[in-house]
Amino acid sequence: MESKNHHIVSALVENKSGVLARIAGLFARRGFNIYSLAVAPTNDPNLSRVTIVVDVEASLLSQVVNQLDKLINVVEIQELKPTDAVERELLLATVECSLSKRTEVIQIVTALGGEIVDVNLSGLTIEMSSSPDKLDALEELLSSYGIIKLQRTGRVALPRLTKESDTYTNQLKLA
Amino acid sequence: MKLTGAQALIKSLEHQGVEVIFGLPGGAILPVYDPILDSSIRHILVRHEQGAGHMAEGYSMATRKPGVAMVTSGPGATNIVTPLLNAYMDSTPLVVITGQVATASIGTDAFQECDITGISMGITKHNWLIKDANEIPQVIAEAFHVATTGRPGPVLVDLPKDISNATMEFYTPEPVSLAGFKQQIEPDASAVSQAAELILRAKKPVLYVGGGVIKSNGSAALKILVEQTSIPVVTTLMARGAFPDSHELNLGMPGMHGTYSAVIALQQSDLIVALGARFDDRVTGKISAFAPHAKIIHADIDPAEIGKVRKPDVVLLGECRRSIEELTRALTEKTAEANKDYKLPLELSQWHNTIKEWKNKYPLSYDRDAKDVLKPQYVIEELSKRQGEDTILAAGVGQHQMWASQYWQFNKPNTWINSGGAGTMGFAVPAAIGAKVGRPDKTVWAIDGDGCFQMTAQEIVTASAEQIPVKIAILNNAYLGMVRQWQHMFYEERYSEVYLSPDLPDYVKWAEAMGAVAFRVDTAEEVIPTIEKANEIDDRPVVIDFRTDVTERVFPMVPAGASNDEILVSAEHADSVIQ
Repeated sequence: MESKNHHIVSALVENKSGVLARIAGLFARRGFNIYSLAVAPTNDPNLSRVTIVVDVEASLLSQVVNQLDKLINVVEIQELKPTDAVERELLLATVECSLSKRTEVIQIVTALGGEIVDVNLSGLTIEMSSSPDKLDALEELLSSYGIIKLQRTGRVALPRLTKESDTYTNQLKLA
Repeated sequence: MKLTGAQALIKSLEHQGVEVIFGLPGGAILPVYDPILDSSIRHILVRHEQGAGHMAEGYSMATRKPGVAMVTSGPGATNIVTPLLNAYMDSTPLVVITGQVATASIGTDAFQECDITGISMGITKHNWLIKDANEIPQVIAEAFHVATTGRPGPVLVDLPKDISNATMEFYTPEPVSLAGFKQQIEPDASAVSQAAELILRAKKPVLYVGGGVIKSNGSAALKILVEQTSIPVVTTLMARGAFPDSHELNLGMPGMHGTYSAVIALQQSDLIVALGARFDDRVTGKISAFAPHAKIIHADIDPAEIGKVRKPDVVLLGECRRSIEELTRALTEKTAEANKDYKLPLELSQWHNTIKEWKNKYPLSYDRDAKDVLKPQYVIEELSKRQGEDTILAAGVGQHQMWASQYWQFNKPNTWINSGGAGTMGFAVPAAIGAKVGRPDKTVWAIDGDGCFQMTAQEIVTASAEQIPVKIAILNNAYLGMVRQWQHMFYEERYSEVYLSPDLPDYVKWAEAMGAVAFRVDTAEEVIPTIEKANEIDDRPVVIDFRTDVTERVFPMVPAGASNDEILVSAEHADSVIQ
């Protein structure tokens, strides 16, 4: 699932109709598969942040990023290295789970930091928000019980804050 | 002032200084055609919407102003898709206005409905679907701004019929400010300095001049740079005329059908200064083998072109003309520094001599002594000799285009109008008409192929009706010549679906039926007198049907996918290499 060719593109775009189609079109044109995509308005309702994870070689990606940057509706765009970014993703999974296995499943979910959000006699729906690799681990564990339905949001990401010391150094440089 | 959306559109176009719209009305755009009757803007009624688009391109390429075309929804809109692609590939500023079905009907498969903003998304810089009549003045201002700013290109504005009919309060739009639309005009000073250092140290430099020099009005600046440095120049298909062919340092066109000296000079160069050029595959040949020893300075206004094909050593991101001017300034400054032994012009006599040898050994050539057949190159040479420097030449796509680019003498920018990136057959006739509309003071010739001519010839009716006296030379070899050439060379002379016939249609009768004066030329003796007759006609279109040699092929040629080192200089050379 996690491939070393995964790259994160984070874009600040105008919150207007058709913008997503323009962005997706540039990936589709080159036959690049968008692995995951998350879009929502920011604190400024005129802008949305789009986080795209794409499975492609870095050199090819930078071409697409340059093209994306030329779109009138794209205000700002950057590639995020996983090491320089905080990433989160939300997973919902409905798992088949008889009463006898229930405690076991709940233990796994709680141990990994997930929650049970819905339940009936034959199954459970689990929610977990975490880094993508932890969700991968949870998914693998749950698969042995039988996943009936699963939805992940695709990751959202923001650049990591610079270290206080870096900020301090920068301020010194500026002064 | 209360106006309808339609009136607001026309008024907005007037505010943008639009002088002419090329178009064809229909249902969804009907409301906009009413206020045209009261407008100062000239409307040219075309016979097919593709013609409107190419005319707008020709107009723009001849005048350096944005071209404007207007068509209706559905098939009207799809018929102008080819010109949008063409303008996108060749960075020509176009504003295309399409009618759209009423907003309530969008998405219902209404009569003549078409998702033209969806279709044109990948071949426009931007497009707009107007959903409120109040947006019209602002969107039109934005459309012209986007089309003409930075790397130019086409935009499309889709206008639903109910919006044209709605009323609004007209206003003067705000100065355009688009958050996601940034341009860097001035090149970075330290990059300019690095570039100047590379130039001053180069032994075998070449200026690789592309269309960006013409778009940025950089010809005069380029001439200064060349004379300051004495660096040889190659002018790409999009840049013919950016630097005079009469100048001894101009090596002509590089690429697949470029001159031997231009192709090989690039190939053996130690420094390529790319000015508004994009390392197109038709120029580089096999990219991994392109100019293996050259360092690259890449000047371009479009950041997406930088490193797209070839990784540059120095990047001059900015307007091409400004980059050229800054290079000249930096070179002068560095040469003046006492502690350096830099010299201007550069000491390039060895490089100049090598190039001169190539030029002498492998000039452009064809069989000038050919009897019984009319050589297309001869027709072009004689045409070119009988023109002033200001004559504008348009071409279609194929063999005739390559010969035109090779044998016509271009000495001024904006005198060469052709379809480069898209390779759109049928471009010549409408593009020539558009150019003549924009520059009625200049003579406009089109050199066309018989295949191309048949695609868009009906626009000669437009030219006759609107009294646009363009001149069209058909190099009629009865074939889709370039395809035939490839079948000759790479498909063992198995000619598949390329024969067109020399006299079906009868081009003279056809041209006359469309209101043109027409001549037919079969022999070399008739060429000059007929050109002279055509040059004298200035009140209607002229068409000359030149019956040219079927077997003639375009050389030099770098076969597709081959390294530029494998250039074939002549038919004999090609036939000895390709068995």
